[in-house]
Amino acid sequence: MELILRDLVCERGGRTVFAGLSLSVAAGEMLTLRGPNGAGKTSLLRSIAGLTPAAAGTVRLDGGDDGVSVGQQAHYIGHANAIKPQLSVAENLRFWAAFHGAGTARIEAAMAAMDLTALAPFDAALLSAGQKRRLALARLALIERPVWLLDEPTVGLDTASVGRLQALMRSHLDGGGIILAATHIDLGMARERVFDFGTPATEAAA
Amino acid sequence: MTGALAALIARDVRLALRAGGGVGAALGFFLVVVVFFPLAIGPDQAFLRRIAPGAMWIALLLSVLLSADRIYTADFEDGSLEVMALGAAPLEVVALAKALAHWLTAGLPLAVLAPPLGLMLNLDITLLPGMIAAMLIGSLALSLLAAMGAAITVGLRKGGLLISLLILPLYIPLLIFGVSASGAQVGGASLASSAMAILGAIVLLAVVVAPLAAAAALRAHLR
Repeated sequence: MELILRDLVCERGGRTVFAGLSLSVAAGEMLTLRGPNGAGKTSLLRSIAGLTPAAAGTVRLDGGDDGVSVGQQAHYIGHANAIKPQLSVAENLRFWAAFHGAGTARIEAAMAAMDLTALAPFDAALLSAGQKRRLALARLALIERPVWLLDEPTVGLDTASVGRLQALMRSHLDGGGIILAATHIDLGMARERVFDFGTPATEAAA
Repeated sequence: MTGALAALIARDVRLALRAGGGVGAALGFFLVVVVFFPLAIGPDQAFLRRIAPGAMWIALLLSVLLSADRIYTADFEDGSLEVMALGAAPLEVVALAKALAHWLTAGLPLAVLAPPLGLMLNLDITLLPGMIAAMLIGSLALSLLAAMGAAITVGLRKGGLLISLLILPLYIPLLIFGVSASGAQVGGASLASSAMAILGAIVLLAVVVAPLAAAAALRAHLR
């Protein structure tokens, strides 16, 4: 399995964020996206997911399911956590499992992976920022998808939780998964490459 | 795909019924508007009886619109919509589920509440079966169109007001045929009137068109 981007162009509000971006990420490999704010890290992840369609270029998952889009084979963990404060931790996960047709079998395991088991009956409104982030990240363990698109996944996490995320990512890569992550900290994956955006497009042009 | 539909409907109904969900507010609003008609018009029983179906339909339209704002706003702001956009089910199914959940928590309880409120307006009792049927069917189209308006205005500040401006004109045929199917203008209620058939046709049209339009609007907003 290989995620292949070819000549990707991203435009936001008439401004070219990046152009002619070609890269590929193989199974078991993690690509870390680095660059200053506004360089296009989030835009790239959203283009791959199909949330923000690229102005030009193609995104292809070689060896994936051709019947569905790349986005439907990917987890996108963005800045927002996609949590309902009125629902309990367990209810939040149960909904996403049912919505994705994943069944309830992995809910316990997903909570355990992010150390949420003790918090299961509590409303998500009561969680701290870091606990909410863990609940969002628990979706990774809840539903199996080959491509993970992580946008600043460690924001708000304490050291122990970062460790749990690393363990989750490591087992995903070991199982032949693909990860693209925009992050400023070193997550120390075995097969990790760094893609540096350098300076933002407009500043470079000026 | 039906799993996603059922899961989303169940979640939205649960959210609406929990504190701050807005079901109580919509019901209370419906009650207050209906109560205001006799206060404004006076205790002329014959006149109240004549305007009762129309007054109740206007109260229904306004109550449904009042709660339209909540359909997408929270899901858009907390990122749930992004995750749904990447689900196995297309956004059209999501839009249909959101509209059906809104109907279950707005149109359905309001239609059930209509008979006791009708008594306050001296509504002709024989009109009740036709009226409840017309409100049940009609409010489904009201919810579908309101959800479409909510999808178009999601992410805008003060979007609720804009929904009303966008959607109220589309409610005109529903108002006309809804009141007509409620038996007000033909002097008797009938579950098989032509107005009821047209009301049903509007619902069928809305079931097809509204989710398509809503999904297109949501995709544009997610960019």
